[in-house]
Amino acid sequence: MNHGTSLLWKRRTLSSLSATRRGLPKAKMSENGVVPRAKVLTIDTMNPTVKNVEYAVRGPIVARAVELERELSEGMKKPFAEVIKANIGDAHAMGQQPITFFRQVLALCSYPELLNDSTFPDDAKSRARRILQSCGGNSMGSYSASQGIDSVRQDVARYIERRDGGVPCDPNNVYLTTGASDGIMTMLKLLVCGEGMTRTGVMISIPQYPLYSAALAELGAVQINYYLNEEKCWSLDISELQRALDEARNHCNPRALCIINPGNPTGQVQSRECIEDVIRFAAKEGLFLMADEVYQDNVYAEGCQFHSFKKVLFEMGPEYSDTVELASFHSTSKCYMGECGFRGGYMEIINMDDDVKAQLTKLVSVRLCPPVPGQALMDLVVNPPQPGEPSYDNFIKERSATLSALAEKAKLTEQILNTVEGISCNPVQGAMYSFPRIIIPEKAVKEATDKGQQPDMFYCMKMLEETGICLVPGSGFGQKDGTYHFRMTILPPRDKLQILLNKVQEFHQKFTQHYS
Amino acid sequence: MSQPALNGVSGPGKVLTLDSMNPNVKRVDYAVRGPLVQRAVQIEKELEQGVKKPFTEVIKANIGDAHAMGQKPITFFRQVLALCSYPDLLEDDKFPEDAKKRARRILGACGGQSIGAYSASQGIECIRQDVARYIERRDGGIASNPDTIYLSTGASDAIVTMLKLLVSGAGRDRTGVMIPIPQYPLYSAALADLGAVQVNYYLDEDRCWSLDVKELRRSLHAAREHCSPRVLCIINPGNPTGQVQNRQCIEDVIRFAKEEHLFLMADEVYQDNVYAEGCEFHSFKKVLFEMGPEYSSTVEMASFHSTSKCYMGECGFRGGYMEVINMDPEVKAQLIKLVSVRLCPPVPGQALLDLVVNPPQPDEPSYTSFMKERTAVLAALAEKARLTQEIFNAVPGITCNPVQGAMYTFPCITLPQKAIAKAKEEGQIADAFYCMRLLEEEGICLVPGSGFGQREGTFHFRMTILPPTEKLKIVLQKIREFHLRFTQEFS
Repeated sequence: MNHGTSLLWKRRTLSSLSATRRGLPKAKMSENGVVPRAKVLTIDTMNPTVKNVEYAVRGPIVARAVELERELSEGMKKPFAEVIKANIGDAHAMGQQPITFFRQVLALCSYPELLNDSTFPDDAKSRARRILQSCGGNSMGSYSASQGIDSVRQDVARYIERRDGGVPCDPNNVYLTTGASDGIMTMLKLLVCGEGMTRTGVMISIPQYPLYSAALAELGAVQINYYLNEEKCWSLDISELQRALDEARNHCNPRALCIINPGNPTGQVQSRECIEDVIRFAAKEGLFLMADEVYQDNVYAEGCQFHSFKKVLFEMGPEYSDTVELASFHSTSKCYMGECGFRGGYMEIINMDDDVKAQLTKLVSVRLCPPVPGQALMDLVVNPPQPGEPSYDNFIKERSATLSALAEKAKLTEQILNTVEGISCNPVQGAMYSFPRIIIPEKAVKEATDKGQQPDMFYCMKMLEETGICLVPGSGFGQKDGTYHFRMTILPPRDKLQILLNKVQEFHQKFTQHYS
Repeated sequence: MSQPALNGVSGPGKVLTLDSMNPNVKRVDYAVRGPLVQRAVQIEKELEQGVKKPFTEVIKANIGDAHAMGQKPITFFRQVLALCSYPDLLEDDKFPEDAKKRARRILGACGGQSIGAYSASQGIECIRQDVARYIERRDGGIASNPDTIYLSTGASDAIVTMLKLLVSGAGRDRTGVMIPIPQYPLYSAALADLGAVQVNYYLDEDRCWSLDVKELRRSLHAAREHCSPRVLCIINPGNPTGQVQNRQCIEDVIRFAKEEHLFLMADEVYQDNVYAEGCEFHSFKKVLFEMGPEYSSTVEMASFHSTSKCYMGECGFRGGYMEVINMDPEVKAQLIKLVSVRLCPPVPGQALLDLVVNPPQPDEPSYTSFMKERTAVLAALAEKARLTQEIFNAVPGITCNPVQGAMYTFPCITLPQKAIAKAKEEGQIADAFYCMRLLEEEGICLVPGSGFGQREGTFHFRMTILPPTEKLKIVLQKIREFHLRFTQEFS
């Protein structure tokens, strides 16, 4: 190098001092002696909390499933003709049909010329007109208010009041969101503060829906696990909440308690008494309650009933209803609608400090607004056809068919899986999943561990490669040490589900045999 | 003992208060929907209730929402969206064949043939392929790999995701992100939320808001004293300024980013909104590749686009994408993982984006109508840009740079000392005080320049050029009258 070049190189090196300070690995010299520069954005320089994020529902096993699908479509021979994606709660992808009325209104909103079309029923047209009138320029293409379209929030409030036997709901407490995930993340973001021992801790159920653990990892909050009781049908035990909380207070500042009811992945539907206990616990321990209720219409088991946290809270009287801070979440993705792709949702906020509410309103304004088609869809969910309206009969027929099909599939799943030696499945009381416990032979555990894999991931991977069935290993949701599970949706059409369950059974038997 | 009791609070203090909430969130501001807009909404309600005002309607010229201001959606797009929403309509002969064909293709790419299914987290594959082809056509054949395309919930989503990935370090190592002043306040809001360091570089108002590499350098070196600058953001065409950077400038920026080892973020959501003679949109991707492999194989870059602006104006659908160039493969895996947590962007928005990048072709039935609508929208915007600039520049005390592109004007307003003093008394920044008065007296809602950033001692406002031409003329007239009155009052 001549003097000039070396000066230039030195200057450049100095000017990238910050990069060097981070102690990046020395880049290899290329053949002509020039050191290729490290990238600006590398695994070492990126946001460290993002590296801690995991989301098993779309994790490595699903990536492999997609690869297998590709291989199949390219004509590669496999022991199966199709990949069945029973990993994700996506009803339409599994053949569930959308509610006709909803899609009619959405079409009318998208292309209002259709309001002149006599093939659309009047009740669909009247909903569409009402929605369009609340949109800027009468178009779904306008931004809405950041909290969501006013008239939709009012409809949501009325829905909540009807659902909760008249307990009032103020539309100003309702925030429309981009799916429930968005609302949940926003609330968690608001709640996270402090450092070290004062860092916010958030109590989540084990097993849990891994949005929670992912959000907490990203936000750098402390995850506090409380274990659901598998022996008692995944019920929630206050003494376990207390244990988890007391232990957590040694190393963080627990401030929020998250509960999913009906449960994901477990499917349990909490009893009313349990919900009261949780509320009492939150009040006593100064915890912000987050109630994820996206499966509120998905209740199947005899003797089970959905009790909204809001309703129970208010029925416990002002000592609780005036003080306990609560956010409850709902979505258009589940229940009988299954409209995941629209990213519709809302949250209702109870007893939030006014100043914090102003901050929340400010925070959601930065992203402008949730998708308007999703808001329109939410409006229809909370304001469906009424008796006497032209679309009512058909609507109820479709809704009932979907929910009863799910109930049947829940029962079938539990039944079949429980006949398999080495698989035991709690009743699928609600939601859309089964989360059976599987016995994995010691030899298989060892082989998995040697490979650096979780044993249930090892199991699920093998199942995928041999049967084309894609499930999510229990380790993706959390489970008691030494136990293994998988989560499977109950969504495929009944006949296909039957075949699936039989294949799972066969696979389990073969696997157990092979590793005995 | 209960926690509140342990804390020594008698009677339950709330769990979540201003003191116990996320401190970063408190630092977030977003002027486009800030206090002025909240007051505007309040006034609208008052008008509805019959309260007498000096005006009969509030004109919301604060936000780049074209449909709200009367712009019509593109017919073809809405036809396809209707077909996708309610596929029974595929039997309806009212719909043209090309619309049906697009709808079938989109539905074929959806799980269970329904837009209600989640899509892949990176976005529907065939749409990403269409986006890549669009980029190739736009950039004169420069290859785009669909795997580098990520569909997003509006451009904002992708911008925040990238910034999130980039932010790391602590204290002097904390990531610094260079943003233009004035800027679109999503950037400052995101940086506040993420606790990153905002590094301001000033656009040159005297030279039509152009970007000066000397200023980039000055800003960068100053920033290196207290943080680790790693990113350079640029908005082209500019928001709020409307400037369209020339090719030379874009090359200079790329060269600068390479020399100084910065990740480039190119916000190009207004790429079809170019009005001024002699101005042309040059995509950063295209220029990068035309500068040869020394740059094109090394400079890390993300460029962003959206369905909200241009001639579509479909803000409510939250459609968008980013193209990511030269990203480290390990980081890419992290990015894919990160976007998977939120499952997928809204599928109607993805479908809409597909139509934007794959519009009717000359041999298709909807082509003529499509071109007519598109041309009309863009021509109207160009006319309104010109009109706005003209009228404002004729007002003593208002000077307006040419609105070369985008959808806004960001004129410089001269405010009398007395007004500045009065504003200060009331705890307000002078341009916010000015805009509030304008709102109360004329019902016109703008955003004060302080919401975007400006050189110390200067004042501006941002106004959209979106109202229909006749209404816009009235708005401009009223602002003119207000400005003269205001100046008089505080002289």
